[in-house]
Amino acid sequence: MAWTGKILRVDLAKGTCKDEPLRMDWAKQYLGQRGLGTKYLAEEIDPKVDPLAPGNKLIMATGPLTGTNASTAGRYSVITKGALTGAIACSNSGGFFGNEMKNAGYDMIIFEGRAPKPVYLYLNNGDAKLVDAAGFWGKSVWDTEEGIKAKHQDPLIRVASIGVAGEKGVLFACIVNDMHRAAGRSGVGAVMGSKNLKAVALRGTLGVKVRDAKAFMAAVAKGKQALAANAVTGQGLPKYGTQVLMNVINEVGALPTRNHRDSQFEGANKISAEAMAAKRPDGKSNLVTNAACFACTIACGRVSQIDRTHYTVAERPKYQVASGGLEYEAAWALGAATGVGDLDALTFANFVCNEQGIDPISFGATLGAAMELYEMGAITSKDTGGIELKFGDPKALTEMTELTGRGEGFGAILGLGSKRMCEKYGKPELSMAVKGQEFPAYDARGIQGMGLTYATSNRGACHLRSYTVSSEILGVPVKTDPLVTEGKAALVKAFQDATAAVDSAGICVFTTFAWTLDDIAPQIDGACEGNWTTAKLLEVGERVWNLERQFNMRAGFTAKDDMLPARLLKDAAKTGPAKGLVNQLGKMLPEYYQLRGWTPDGVPSNETLKRLAL
Amino acid sequence: MKVVVKLYAMLEKYLPPGAADNQAATEIAPGDSVGRVLAGFGLPPEMCHLVLVNGVFVPPSERMTRTLKEGNHLAVWPPVAGG
Repeated sequence: MAWTGKILRVDLAKGTCKDEPLRMDWAKQYLGQRGLGTKYLAEEIDPKVDPLAPGNKLIMATGPLTGTNASTAGRYSVITKGALTGAIACSNSGGFFGNEMKNAGYDMIIFEGRAPKPVYLYLNNGDAKLVDAAGFWGKSVWDTEEGIKAKHQDPLIRVASIGVAGEKGVLFACIVNDMHRAAGRSGVGAVMGSKNLKAVALRGTLGVKVRDAKAFMAAVAKGKQALAANAVTGQGLPKYGTQVLMNVINEVGALPTRNHRDSQFEGANKISAEAMAAKRPDGKSNLVTNAACFACTIACGRVSQIDRTHYTVAERPKYQVASGGLEYEAAWALGAATGVGDLDALTFANFVCNEQGIDPISFGATLGAAMELYEMGAITSKDTGGIELKFGDPKALTEMTELTGRGEGFGAILGLGSKRMCEKYGKPELSMAVKGQEFPAYDARGIQGMGLTYATSNRGACHLRSYTVSSEILGVPVKTDPLVTEGKAALVKAFQDATAAVDSAGICVFTTFAWTLDDIAPQIDGACEGNWTTAKLLEVGERVWNLERQFNMRAGFTAKDDMLPARLLKDAAKTGPAKGLVNQLGKMLPEYYQLRGWTPDGVPSNETLKRLAL
Repeated sequence: MKVVVKLYAMLEKYLPPGAADNQAATEIAPGDSVGRVLAGFGLPPEMCHLVLVNGVFVPPSERMTRTLKEGNHLAVWPPVAGG
C-alpha cells in the first residue's frame, strides 16, 4: 500500500522523536495529506488554542500518492491552526520535500509543544533527531537550507525552513522548501517559529510501495498521456505558467487593483507572462526557463532573472542569479494590488518573499491596504520610517518587502496582516480579507462564484479551495457566466469537495485542468487498499470540508464570518464587463448552506454529520 | 471602422510586425464577424479558445455571426490556465 503506515511524533519540549502507527481506520476515511492531517489536528488540539501557543500542533502530511511516479505526486501539506486567521490552516507545497518525507519512511510528522531553544529536525531514512539550530536562527531560508546541507555534507538533503519572518512572528510567514516552493498561506511559518523549530531536513531512499503495481502503472500512464494531450497542461502551463492569467483576468475586469478600489490595472501587460518572455534591452528575457516539481509532467514553475542594471540588484550580486517565480498570484499581489508595474521590482520582491519566507499574497495585499491608508493620511511617513507608501512606487514595494521579511520597522506592522493593521489605524473596512486572510487575485465582483468561494473558504480567503475561475473564465470543464449567481452555489460546492479530495491524495490540483476524479481514482486505487472510486473520493472531499467547518465552529467562527468586505458588496466595479456590479453573496449563500446540508445558520445538520460519519 | 485586436500567449506571433503590447488597431468592414476578423489574422480556429469582446466571452457557436462595433476590443487566448 502507498501509505507507509507510520507517523513521526516530535515532542519539541521534551526533545523526543517517536514512531507510531498510522490510524488506518482514519486513512480509509480521510485518505491522506489535507484530510488526514486535519483529522489528526482536530482530534489532538483544542480548537480555541492560541495558534502561537505550545498547545497548537504543526503537522506535515503527505498523501498516499506522494513519492510515487504518478504525475505531480510530490505534494505535502502543513496543517495547523493558522496564525493569521485563527482558523484551520492547510497549506500545500510542491518541490521535492514531500517525496523525501515519504521516502524517509513517514506519512506524516506531528510537531507538538515548543522547544526550549531553536532546533531543527534531521530525519534520515527513519532515523530522526532534533539538532541545535542556534547557528541558523536569524538566517534566511536560503542560508539555512545551504547551511544544513553543508553541515551534514549531503547536498541531496531536502529542507523546509522558516526565514527571519517566521522567527519574528510575521503572521503571514510561510514555510519554504527547496528554496522557492512554499506552504504559503495562513501563517504556518509563524506557528513553526513559535515552536522554535527552524527547519526540517530530510533524506529518504526507502521507496514507496503500491497495492497493485500493474494496475497502478496502467492508470498512471493513462493519466500522463491525458496531461500531455491536453492543451492547457501539455502546452499552456509549461510555456507561460500561471502568469498567463494576468492579461486574461484584467481583460474580464476582475483583476483587483490598488486594494480592490479598481478591478482593472493599466500596467497588467507589463507584469504578465508575455512581458516575462519578452526580450529586454540587454537581449535577455526575465523568464529563464520553466521548472517542474517532483514527478510533475506539467512543469508550470517559472525561473527568472532580474536585469542586472535594475536598481534592486545592481549592487547586490546575490539577487542577480536566476531564481523561482514569478507566479500569477505573487505577481498580482506585488503588482496590481499595489499599483506597481515594474516587472523586475516584482521579481525582486518575490525573491525576498522566498528568501525570508513570507506569503506574497497576504504581504502584497496588506501593503496595498497600507498604501490606501497612507493616501488618506491614516498612516504617515512618521509611521513608515520616512518611506512614502505611494501606490505604484516600486521602491516602496521593495523596501517594505525587505523590512517585512525581517520583521523590522513598519514591516512589523505590515506583518500583522491587513485585518489587524487596518483595525490599528481605525479603518477595518479597508482590509480585503475573509476570516483575516487576504484575497488572492480575482475580484469577486467580476467573478461572482469566487465571492462565495472566498466567503466560505475554511482557511480564509483563498482561490485554491474552489477554483471556479476555471469554469467561469477559462471554460474548464464547462464555461459558465462569471457575472451571474445562478448555479454558483452548486459549482462552488462541487469544486470544494473535489479539491479537498485531490489535496488529500498527494498530487497537484493543476492536474484537474485535464483530469477529473475519474482519472485520479484508478491511480489511488492502484496504489491503495480500499476500493477507491470517484464516488468515494467525493465523499472523502465532503467529509474533509465538513470536518474543517466543524473545527472552525469549535474555534468560535460562525456564519457571520462567511462574509465579504463591504467594498465588494456595496461599491460597484467601475470598469470592464462587471461595471456597475457588486458581488451578490446574499443570493448564493443560503442555497449553498442548503446544498451542503447545513442549517440556515451554516451549521452542519445532524443528518449531514451522520451521513459523513462525522 | 477600427477595432483593437489583442492576441496573447502563443498567439502573439499572429500580430502584424511592429505591434506592441500584444495588440493592433485594425481596420475592419462594417458587419465583419469575430470569426472573419480572426481568420484575417491567420489564426487557426482551434487555437482560439478564449475569445472576448470587451471582456465578455463569445462562445464558439456565435463567432461567425457575432459582428463587431467601432472601438470594440477583441482579445484571444489559446487554451491556458493558472491559479
